[in-house]
Amino acid sequence: MRFAIYDLRGGEDAFLRMNWFNTIAILVVAYLAVFAQATINEFRHLLGVQVDLIPSLVVYAALSGGVLSFTIVALCGALWMDSLSANPLGVSLLPLFLVGLVIHQFRELILRQQPYAQFILGACATAAAPLLTLVLLMNTQVQPLLGWFSLWQWFAMSALGGAVTPLWFFAFEHIGETFSYRPVGESSFRPDRQIKRSR
Amino acid sequence: MLKRPHYIALGVVIVFTFVLLKLPSRAVANLKLAISGVFVPFFGLSGSLGEMAENSSYSLLSRRELIRQLQWQHKTNQLSQLYFRQAEEWKRENERLRDYFNIPRQYPFKPKMARVVARDPVNWWKTITIDRGSRDGVLTNAAVVTIAGLVGRVSGVSFAQSQVVLVGDPDCRVSVLVGDDRSREQGVIAPASSSPLDHALVDLSYLSRNSKLVPGQIVVTSGMGGVFPKGIAVGQIADSRSMGYGLYKEAQVRLAVNMNRLEEVFVLMP
Repeated sequence: MRFAIYDLRGGEDAFLRMNWFNTIAILVVAYLAVFAQATINEFRHLLGVQVDLIPSLVVYAALSGGVLSFTIVALCGALWMDSLSANPLGVSLLPLFLVGLVIHQFRELILRQQPYAQFILGACATAAAPLLTLVLLMNTQVQPLLGWFSLWQWFAMSALGGAVTPLWFFAFEHIGETFSYRPVGESSFRPDRQIKRSR
Repeated sequence: MLKRPHYIALGVVIVFTFVLLKLPSRAVANLKLAISGVFVPFFGLSGSLGEMAENSSYSLLSRRELIRQLQWQHKTNQLSQLYFRQAEEWKRENERLRDYFNIPRQYPFKPKMARVVARDPVNWWKTITIDRGSRDGVLTNAAVVTIAGLVGRVSGVSFAQSQVVLVGDPDCRVSVLVGDDRSREQGVIAPASSSPLDHALVDLSYLSRNSKLVPGQIVVTSGMGGVFPKGIAVGQIADSRSMGYGLYKEAQVRLAVNMNRLEEVFVLMP
């Protein structure tokens, strides 16, 4: 099974192709991220805000995989998050998917190997996903707890989400290099030629 | 323009979201509990690791310190037993007087200790998850308290866990009494509207305009609504103001329980 992050080949089949190992690795990290968000409260005590890691994972999945890849990550991340939260089940799915869709649509124009591009994408995704979720929540019967402090929470969440995104790229690249075959480099040796040394 | 797979995926996600949001509430609750069950092994593991770390920290304490703590616990236990016997006598006297004056008896709740295993990962809700569920007899809408005061109520119950919505969440309104025994004002606790940085403050609304509120007054549950037993401490009055051109009053209440540092709570079971 080949591991290909930087697959820039075009064509419709490129969008359907899915690297199973990469997707499973992202899903495992998403599971651990949701668990960490529910149990680790240091950011909440320090800054009054809990960091949201799923949008940044969807950014990575959209830039490194196909449609199916980021759709599965958005689906699982949203359902896991909503199941541990008081959110109506499924309310986070569409915002996460839309974030991944937009990024996947323009991924060939994005400098995805640059950390600053990764930071900006992660920050924008972490800012957009909760906003869209709140728009959906306003159309249901629930009333979330919002106030002026929510602005600070939104800003801090976006900054933290942006800071985490380059870390995901770094970590998944190393995981990929560890578990995949290294490409054999071409050498200048040719077996059909022989150097004859003579006087 | 989007490609065809994008349209297909978008359509599937929209339909799936619509179906999930329109499911009956009972089905959604069961589905949520089923999905959150995948985290139960990790919650158990993290709890065990925490206990192991705590137990190993005891080995660092000196024998003298351990003996000192044991003696302090022994004295506290003796005082608690004395108060308990006194409370038992008051309870018997209360029951005799209720029977004499033909007042219905109150049946005490049985507190069951639970550990907080998770908090809401989303910033606009105030809920926690505890490690007691239907296998322990926990029921929906059971009151959750600590020795300091009211924490909230159980909003969802699975086999091994329950979700508790905290006081100050929009989904947890509490009817309370404030004032001394001579004149008790009744109000409703609502989420704070004007204290962005202090999560320990909530609003107490629907107070009459003639209410005499003094900072420091104790606020307790009124028992109305049948969810929270009467007399559980909620907090203290921090501030009060007139609203609606003097038609009614609102107060800010500082909660008795520090919701950010919850580790163990008690679920009141009938």
